[in-house]
Amino acid sequence: MQLSTKHLLGIKDLTPTDISLILSTATQFKEVLQRSVKKVPSLRDVTIVNLFYENSTRTRISFELAEKRLGADTINFSASASSITKGETLLDTVNNILSMKVDMVVLRHSASGAPHFLAKHIPAAIINAGDGINEHPTQALLDALSIQEKLGSLEGKKILLIGDIMHSRVALSNIYLLNKMGAEVMVSGPPTLIPKYIKEALHVQVEYNIKKALQWCDVANILRIQLERQNQVLFSSLREYNLAYGISKKLLDGLNKEIVIMHPGPINRGVEIDSDVADSHQSIILQQVENGVAVRMAALYLLAGNKPIT
Amino acid sequence: MKTILDKQQLYLAISRLAHQLVENNINLNEIIFIGLQPRGVQVGAKLMECIKQICPNENLQYGVLDITFYRDDVRDELHVANSTHIPFLIEGKTVILIDDVLYTGRTIRAALDALQDFGRAKKVELCVLVDRRFNRELPIQPDYCGKAIDTATYQKVKVEWDKEAVFLY
Repeated sequence: MQLSTKHLLGIKDLTPTDISLILSTATQFKEVLQRSVKKVPSLRDVTIVNLFYENSTRTRISFELAEKRLGADTINFSASASSITKGETLLDTVNNILSMKVDMVVLRHSASGAPHFLAKHIPAAIINAGDGINEHPTQALLDALSIQEKLGSLEGKKILLIGDIMHSRVALSNIYLLNKMGAEVMVSGPPTLIPKYIKEALHVQVEYNIKKALQWCDVANILRIQLERQNQVLFSSLREYNLAYGISKKLLDGLNKEIVIMHPGPINRGVEIDSDVADSHQSIILQQVENGVAVRMAALYLLAGNKPIT
Repeated sequence: MKTILDKQQLYLAISRLAHQLVENNINLNEIIFIGLQPRGVQVGAKLMECIKQICPNENLQYGVLDITFYRDDVRDELHVANSTHIPFLIEGKTVILIDDVLYTGRTIRAALDALQDFGRAKKVELCVLVDRRFNRELPIQPDYCGKAIDTATYQKVKVEWDKEAVFLY
């Protein structure tokens, strides 16, 4: 039993069997994380470099913790404190690191496709920790695990993604994953932030009326407004966005059912989600973070297993 | 294919193991039984049934342990992880590991490692249904053994619960 792929570049390349394998392995790692010794020696012969060309709190800490819990050796690299400010290319940087006998690379990059490019040129296993506006596979996997824990399964469940669908790698990875696992997906948000042909291209439903969309769903995954990726004005102000698409307690109280609230973080309180919603009992935002470590352990463990013995 | 234990022999062996376990561990409160995933779990469950019949008033502590993440061959072959459930403290207790077939001893080596992460047991013993002697790759021997057999490395021993028998292939 192993993954059908050598790298984890995106959910797009995974089969439903791969996804189930990662999720079931993650469940077992969750149990490991409840023990007093939260560590297993599976990857003690593996060295992993965390290459973060873009800022991150959760993902980076989560990956590092996952690596340490598996007994791997880790090296951290952040773009701001490195030689790329001297003009070194991505491939040169990685090749230099690999020549120091590193087995796996966790890469976050602001350019979409950066991990795919690396995968073609280097022998090490690569895990995409978010590339530009393309994919963020481990986030989608941890979201799936969180939904599965809360609702029992993914199949037939109605998942709503709200907000900046256009610039969100979390949205794209989630859509691929949920479609593969038989869930129904709807996207909602300002028309300027929803790609025009998304319905045809990715087989999702589109609903611009936030209230109708919330009434339809079992789970609402609220995405962050990514101001850093917007190079033109797509809505007039954050205040206006909050009034039109921000999820408030009042909006949720107006529904005739209780839905599950998710957010990949970091939260912009008072923009896409109000504080009383983010901190309510309906919200599983912190469970998502907790599941992140287990899911990343599963991904690392399963990919390291694919390594031929040298 | 050769039958090593038929149905009657299988249940006699399990019953004997249960009696031996009780005989050597009179104070069952101090004992923690741990079935090893995936196939030791069924042996463990059968043993627990038997021990309950011998000592109906005792509250048995039975957990299951998965050793996938502790294997020494993760690079050669990926194994699917199973659940671990040990809801009691093993600190200072006697732990009895239960598995179906003892072969190279590597599973038990991994189990001993895994057990360390749950605490320091006073004593660890090993109970197996079938012991494939002379194929050991590590210095590990069972304390309780249903049947010891001599096999070649190319052969396979399978405990088949649907047929309630043990076969040599």
